[in-house]
Amino acid sequence: MATRKLSELAKTIRSKNAGTDKITFDVIFRERDAYETVKRSGAISRAKMACLLNIDEARITDFVEYDEACAIKFTILRERPSGSAGDPDIFGSQQYAPLLDIEIPTV
Amino acid sequence: MQSMKVICPNGHLGFAPLKPGSFRLGVEMGPDIIAADSGSDDVGPVPLGSDTSTSPLAWQTQDLEAMLLAARERNVPMIIGSAGDTGANSRVDLYLKIIHELAAKHRLPRFKLGWFYSDVDREWLRAKIRSGDTVTGLDARAALDEAELDATDRIVAMAGVHPYIKLLDMGADVIIGGRSSDCAVFAAPAIRAGFPEALSYYLGKVLECASFCAEPYGGKETVLGEISHDDVKVTAMHPDQRCTVASVAGHAMYERSSPYYEYVAGGTLDMHECRYEQVGPKTTRVTGPRFIPIDRVRVKLEGSGKVGERYVGIAGVRDPYTIANIDRVIGWARAQVVERFGTSGYELHYTVYGRDGIMGSMEPLRDRPGHELCVVVQGVAATREMAEEVCMTGTRQMFYARLPDVKGTAGSVAFVLDEVMSASPAYRWTMNHTVGIDDPLELFPCHVAEAGQ
Repeated sequence: MATRKLSELAKTIRSKNAGTDKITFDVIFRERDAYETVKRSGAISRAKMACLLNIDEARITDFVEYDEACAIKFTILRERPSGSAGDPDIFGSQQYAPLLDIEIPTV
Repeated sequence: MQSMKVICPNGHLGFAPLKPGSFRLGVEMGPDIIAADSGSDDVGPVPLGSDTSTSPLAWQTQDLEAMLLAARERNVPMIIGSAGDTGANSRVDLYLKIIHELAAKHRLPRFKLGWFYSDVDREWLRAKIRSGDTVTGLDARAALDEAELDATDRIVAMAGVHPYIKLLDMGADVIIGGRSSDCAVFAAPAIRAGFPEALSYYLGKVLECASFCAEPYGGKETVLGEISHDDVKVTAMHPDQRCTVASVAGHAMYERSSPYYEYVAGGTLDMHECRYEQVGPKTTRVTGPRFIPIDRVRVKLEGSGKVGERYVGIAGVRDPYTIANIDRVIGWARAQVVERFGTSGYELHYTVYGRDGIMGSMEPLRDRPGHELCVVVQGVAATREMAEEVCMTGTRQMFYARLPDVKGTAGSVAFVLDEVMSASPAYRWTMNHTVGIDDPLELFPCHVAEAGQ
């Protein structure tokens, strides 16, 4: 089966704090076709993201397919509030990297 | 009034300087309001807890100067929210001082300077808890109890539009706000001028981060929002930026868990039915947001409490056998700290760069470390002396780790500095809660004074 990496299909893949206790992930597409392909593939879902990040699915508080912006968005609860001693990513801005290489079936 | 124009030159005033070119173009569009938010909880709990700013004074002053001169020249209101990163009382006072100094420097004619405070008195909150008026936890936090309250050094409440409207009613030409919702800074003048609440809050929502609602990506550029009774139009001012359907709709996602809802003191902005249209090369028109008011206003509280003094140490590892056994090295060092200090009364954190330093247990590749590691050690304790010793023990004892088959018996790690370094004290977010208030101005005392000459 032909696949492409998510990083080849999406314009933006990012993570950032959503308040002090959550990190939110955005995957944004330039073309609606690419968005629909990824959405249909089911490669980005609550269960798959929980598995990828090795977290309990209950830690994913929101999962939205946001058609208006051709974007998929999900949010997780942090292990500890941002900026606590030992938190290595105060802004939550480097947590998206494992999403880049997700293989998306394209047919 | 048929429409109102608002410009925003900076999504977090002070954190990085505004770009003067697009700001000038924005001012030339003849705005009715010049506004910016200056706060964020992104910067972590240290500034609020220690009552400092993370933004340099020079950048705060520079942006306030540009906005003040433009606003006074046009005689339109200038509104700043969440002064000095945290919106704490001391930060409001700092901005008031800057405004007075700028007014003197430029010999500005007399104007009215308004401000409100947002600090929350601990005993007021204790009374709430004791009376059974629950201080509700957000994002899976438990309701606030007195132990957590006592662990908090400083609390700010997040104002909605109410104090801004009050200050405009009091005749303020320039407003320095305490902690407040970003969008309230922009929504307040629009609501006061009679525009629909839903569109007013949407106007604030889209403008709050300045050019983050435009493309291509580029921060600190001015954007213009124009509200009418039917729509909001948002336009990028930078010659190479555009507000597109994708960039404007996409911005609704930024830094929040849902792209559809924005909660403010007073209700919820619902963006499910928003419609976006490209109506010009640089302009997108938005219609259809809804606002659902709440019966009893609940305001969000942010609280930060000191955990302890902090020292930081750094150690590098190159031996592949030691890298494979880095957890045993850390375990050895931890055990030496336990031997000296016991198991409580301090914190000792290890961040292992090259393995899972950035993502911790979420790192999918943590079983494939690099050929060299950097371990950052943080020791936190009640006194500086103890924090230093905890950190020093936790760092230097990595050097003496006892691994059974190690070839290098003259030191298990490499030191870039044979010392541990004093860092900012450790704080933590103790509060991410909401509290009910009967009067929306209860926590936000408003003041007006003369400035200029």
